[in-house]
Amino acid sequence: MFAYAGKILRVNLTTGKISTEPLNEELAKNYIGGIGLGIRLLMDNSKAGTDPFSPDNPLIFATGPLSGTMGPTAGNGYAVVSKSPATGGVGEAKAHGFFGPDLKRAGYDAVIITGKADKLSYLWIDDDKVEIRNAEQLTGKSPYETDVAIREELGDYYIRVSAIGEAGEKLCRIACIINDEFRAIGRTGMGAVMGSKNLKAVAVRGTNDVNVANLDGFKEFVKMIHERMKGPATKKYKTLGTPENVLVLNSLYALATRNFTNSQFEGAQKVSGEYLNEHYVKKIVGCATCGMRCDHIAVVPEGPYQGSTSRLEFECLWSMGPLCGVDRLDAIIEAMRIVNEYGMDGISIGVVVAFAMDCYEHGVITKEQTDGIDLRFGNAEALIAIIHKIGKREGWLGNALAEGVARAAEIIGNGAEKYACHIKGLELPGYDLRTLKTAALGFSVSFRGACHLRNGAYSPDVKGKVNRFKIEAGRGKLIADESKMYNIIDSLIVCKFSRGTYYDGWKDLANYYTLATGIPMTPEEMAKVGDRIENLARLFNIREGKGTRKYDTLPWKIKNCPVPEEGPAKGVAVNEEEFQIGLDDYYAVRGWTADGVPTVEKLKELGLGDLAYIAEKAMQGGA
Amino acid sequence: MVKIHERKFVSCDPDKCVGCQICEYACSWTKEKAFNPMKSRIRVVRVNQIANMAVACRLCEEPACIAACPRDALTQSEETGAIIVDKDKCNGCGWCIEACDYGAIMLHPESKIVYVCDLCKDKPDGPQCIKWCPEEALTLVTSDVLAQKARIGAVKKLFQEAKAKK
Repeated sequence: MFAYAGKILRVNLTTGKISTEPLNEELAKNYIGGIGLGIRLLMDNSKAGTDPFSPDNPLIFATGPLSGTMGPTAGNGYAVVSKSPATGGVGEAKAHGFFGPDLKRAGYDAVIITGKADKLSYLWIDDDKVEIRNAEQLTGKSPYETDVAIREELGDYYIRVSAIGEAGEKLCRIACIINDEFRAIGRTGMGAVMGSKNLKAVAVRGTNDVNVANLDGFKEFVKMIHERMKGPATKKYKTLGTPENVLVLNSLYALATRNFTNSQFEGAQKVSGEYLNEHYVKKIVGCATCGMRCDHIAVVPEGPYQGSTSRLEFECLWSMGPLCGVDRLDAIIEAMRIVNEYGMDGISIGVVVAFAMDCYEHGVITKEQTDGIDLRFGNAEALIAIIHKIGKREGWLGNALAEGVARAAEIIGNGAEKYACHIKGLELPGYDLRTLKTAALGFSVSFRGACHLRNGAYSPDVKGKVNRFKIEAGRGKLIADESKMYNIIDSLIVCKFSRGTYYDGWKDLANYYTLATGIPMTPEEMAKVGDRIENLARLFNIREGKGTRKYDTLPWKIKNCPVPEEGPAKGVAVNEEEFQIGLDDYYAVRGWTADGVPTVEKLKELGLGDLAYIAEKAMQGGA
Repeated sequence: MVKIHERKFVSCDPDKCVGCQICEYACSWTKEKAFNPMKSRIRVVRVNQIANMAVACRLCEEPACIAACPRDALTQSEETGAIIVDKDKCNGCGWCIEACDYGAIMLHPESKIVYVCDLCKDKPDGPQCIKWCPEEALTLVTSDVLAQKARIGAVKKLFQEAKAKK
């Protein structure tokens, strides 16, 4: 096989058994790699109803077919897939940086980790040599400290490490996995699954060549993408970066503020991309093989957090800034740095803190319960103090919040669930769904819970292609079409920031795949793979009892708290009727039943006939 | 023998380098027909997120690697100053690696003999890493040109600062 390593590694941390098996070429073509391959492996290697923290829940690291090649942004990715402790359905996230290519060069398309080590351990993959090593000395260390310590222990500066921090060890359900200091497998709590296996890190050194099928053709393609990356398609990421969104969304009444109470932030200028770049960004760096670079490295030049350094993107800036009412970038940069040290999802943590602040302001929790922290919106010191408590699972409140907003609301009680902004247990990302209603529908049907990156449904709203204050028929198709593309992007594992450079869409991506792997792939076939992955993920969620219509929901505040600001958006919220119309429209486009279950016919058409039993059981009321 | 002042080598501007390793991939692809940074003649070092730099052979005057080789396997090109490895004489002992202050000469993972930047002597358009670097951080320069650039940069900065103070 070209581009693929052609091999899957299995590690059982309970027994210590390590084995490999060949990657079936048909499986590769049908699921590409990354999340597609990962979700299929998850489905086939787990039983229904497995607890996410059970040793039987497989934790799957998967590279993409392009990982390890010179494909711009594609050469450097990897994905992690498992059953999510946040949603109880598909958990998946991707990260770029430098770890992915080494895993490919070591010779693996996927690593399936099951079992639980008897003490904190790390996995050392040195090409064919794989061993489970003691990591007790790394207890409580940050992902980056772990990275440095392992490279020192093994004596090679170029070893790549993907690790969890204290939050992962302590099973915070918002824990992430981090490689290369701040590249995160961020969402859906994959770090907690890793922690449940007593697995502190995966370290890898890959020395084998990665070969592509058509070297000259591949080279020309790469050159073309490099040229396009110099153009307008990537300009945003190379200049202000994603924080550009702050003022854009603010002007659209879509910058969710104070836990989705307001849709504009009076401090927007002070936390804008413009202000960040002028006062804090020291350098923009890149991941392996990337022809564009986007990592805005921010350093605090003065004040109480002087010297604090972190990469900062819009989502985390928003979650710990406007959403918490905080207008101090120095504190946001420091908060981001701390969040990376504990190893937590930078989106979820902000939403969790904003939830706690909302509860506090409404008297749902008291100052005694916060251990004296004055959790008012806008209190930057309180933001930082509570992050420490969550990362350590310290105190009653820190411990509750470490469970994520959905479970925390249950623990807190007293009406707290009204303030919990999540879908399927995953905290909302940075878009006000009241004024971006295609996004509201798209996020609600995402298979990993609230997510802007499963179908990019915010895009038609923000770009003004639709009436964003309304859900109507036709949105279903927009969402379904884009979801296929996003599934392929995450299976090839090209960076979403590069998506604008594939001018010819499916044709470019199919061509890219064939040049690398030599496996024929038409644009139509590739779009079908995207659809297959969506249905597969939906089936997994249905199998786990989390995949039908009643789980495609919106948070209480999005439906019940209209936008208060004067102006065109005043009084807007998502009403139940339009939302249900939207779901009907979406399911119909997908070929699903009114209950949101893929039909047997649809599954057979997609080559998922072997899993039709899951849909049949659900239609009989079994799920 | 080309004089030291005229010798051109691959130099990296750390202010521009973003640590993306494209030079490594371009090198391994050009020289080895495969993607593998472990076989690149230029290597990137990321000390921290802000400090990135690629390192290749500096074509030193009286190169320490040549002096260190006990088997006379290394010579310096009369024409360019590049280090030439005699594949039959080199046995991969690694003395040259120890001698090089820049880590620019390395042991090849498969052939087990040393390898080093040869300035892509077979390529009419010169070093491919330079051609591919998207940040234009790499240049083929003489030490004189480097000194000129640094000098001009320093003076410009001085005047800008003076202007800013006014």
